[in-house]
Amino acid sequence: MASSISRRNKRNLILSEITLIIVSLIIMAPVLLALSMSFMNPNEVYTFPPKLLPSSIQWGNYKEALQLVDLGRMLINSAIVAFFITFGKLITGTLAGYAFANFQFKGKNLSFMLLFITLFLPAETVMILPLFLIMKQFGWINTYYALIIPFTASATNAFLMRQHFMTIPNELSDAAKIDGATSMQYFWRILLPLSKSMLGGAALINFVYAWNLYLWPLIVTMDDKMKTVQIGVKMLIDAESANNWGTIMAGTMIALVPTLIIFFAIQNLFVKSLVSSGLKG
Amino acid sequence: MSWKSKLTPYLLLIPTFIIIVIFIYWPAAYSFKLSFYQESFFGNRSVFVGFENFIDLFTDPDYYTVILTSFLYSFSSVFITIFIAFLISQLLVQNIPGTRLFRLFIFAPYAISPAIAGTLWSFLLTPTVGYLNYLFLELFGIDTDWLTTTPYAFIAVMLATIWKMLPFDLIFYIAGLQSIPDSLLESSMIDGANLWQRMWKIKFPLLSPITFYLFIMNFTTTMFASFGIIDIMTKGGPLGTTTTMIYKLYLDAFAFQNNGSAAAQSIVMFAIMGIITVIYFKGVEKSVHYQ
Repeated sequence: MASSISRRNKRNLILSEITLIIVSLIIMAPVLLALSMSFMNPNEVYTFPPKLLPSSIQWGNYKEALQLVDLGRMLINSAIVAFFITFGKLITGTLAGYAFANFQFKGKNLSFMLLFITLFLPAETVMILPLFLIMKQFGWINTYYALIIPFTASATNAFLMRQHFMTIPNELSDAAKIDGATSMQYFWRILLPLSKSMLGGAALINFVYAWNLYLWPLIVTMDDKMKTVQIGVKMLIDAESANNWGTIMAGTMIALVPTLIIFFAIQNLFVKSLVSSGLKG
Repeated sequence: MSWKSKLTPYLLLIPTFIIIVIFIYWPAAYSFKLSFYQESFFGNRSVFVGFENFIDLFTDPDYYTVILTSFLYSFSSVFITIFIAFLISQLLVQNIPGTRLFRLFIFAPYAISPAIAGTLWSFLLTPTVGYLNYLFLELFGIDTDWLTTTPYAFIAVMLATIWKMLPFDLIFYIAGLQSIPDSLLESSMIDGANLWQRMWKIKFPLLSPITFYLFIMNFTTTMFASFGIIDIMTKGGPLGTTTTMIYKLYLDAFAFQNNGSAAAQSIVMFAIMGIITVIYFKGVEKSVHYQ
């Protein structure tokens, strides 16, 4: 009896192992095949049936992609935009989260509600037209301001930080009060240092979100110098009238690798914050 | 700032509120205003037209097609994603050697943008060099230009959407499965429940609040945020079969400069969001009740 159970368990384990290998291969296949093709020379790209691996590593596609579209400049734009959106969101989010978690004040419920409603008003999609017209009035079209400032505050971050601050015991703030610390000293010296991992996770989620924005940068930048890499890839597809997929895939890799590396490096932190922001927020 | 200052919490909230008032509440109100105006014939001024933009929208049979396409695309992608995610999540909570590595790979599409997801899938399905196109040709004899042929373009867009959305759902199911107490599953095993029964009769009902949350989140993602996938892969074609509500809104606003109609369309989308919000809260109340 015992041996048959363990035999069955062993069989299940092997079956699960094989299934997971297949599943992860299928899910990674688009990225792996694109990576492989980005290193092929044009002749290899068009062999049929398609080749899985390049015969040798060719950097030609990357050179061509960088020449066709100024992806270097766009990478810098994406980095600037993603960095400042992330930074802005963390500042506004921690301050608002602190207000909601540690203070009682008139209008708390109302302001909470007003913030909450914005979760259901996706600015970067549904309101693109009025937002675009407002940017025009501000004279912000084709500027970093338009790419960054509208996204520097969000309810998600405020609620995530609020939830987190509420888990920190009141004794700490009581002790700070007794020691004569001001509320901002408590915030900077005690609360934030205790929230490092939560802040790190939130920073990652926000960075990936900002790096991957597409519709808004598409309409708010006309000048190629202001475009982000996401738009660069679209331009590459449009420019490559002969559809040299090797070049397009090289461009795709350039746009994709930064977020993928960040994700691979600190996946645990990422997943933890995503779940706590979703399930409790 | 001292602890007793009544101003402190308001000062803390000011940065957030300045941003959301200017960049969310103002544009939202502006949408309402725009939806009651039309550009004059020469395009030099706006004329108040009352509900005419809405009337035009809802007397146009094409708009119903767009709504239908949006819902069909969203519902089918969401159901398939949730189903696959629930199945795979069972494997990822077992203590199998290499689980951490599998999770790393399977979660990866989360970090990839919808536009890049669209590019990757266009490439896999392209007639001349696409690997997936080749596979379909060999296995099922399907030889078609996926992105420009009628039923296939819709399927292609769905494939990319599901691939992109799957990790999000997996992450939440894994978190949920890990919070189910082992004792519950052990006692069901003693009662003779098999793997399949445990999965659907015990785990699935226990995780229904997560399924509900994922359904709402996925639905809004596909309705509103899938613009990048569609813009890269099909541009709404062929024959409008992949034109969703957000894509039509974009075309009317930025390709045809029809601001009044685009604004009216945003209001329709707000209304849908409003309904989703109400459903979400009703659902959350319910799930809180039986816990």
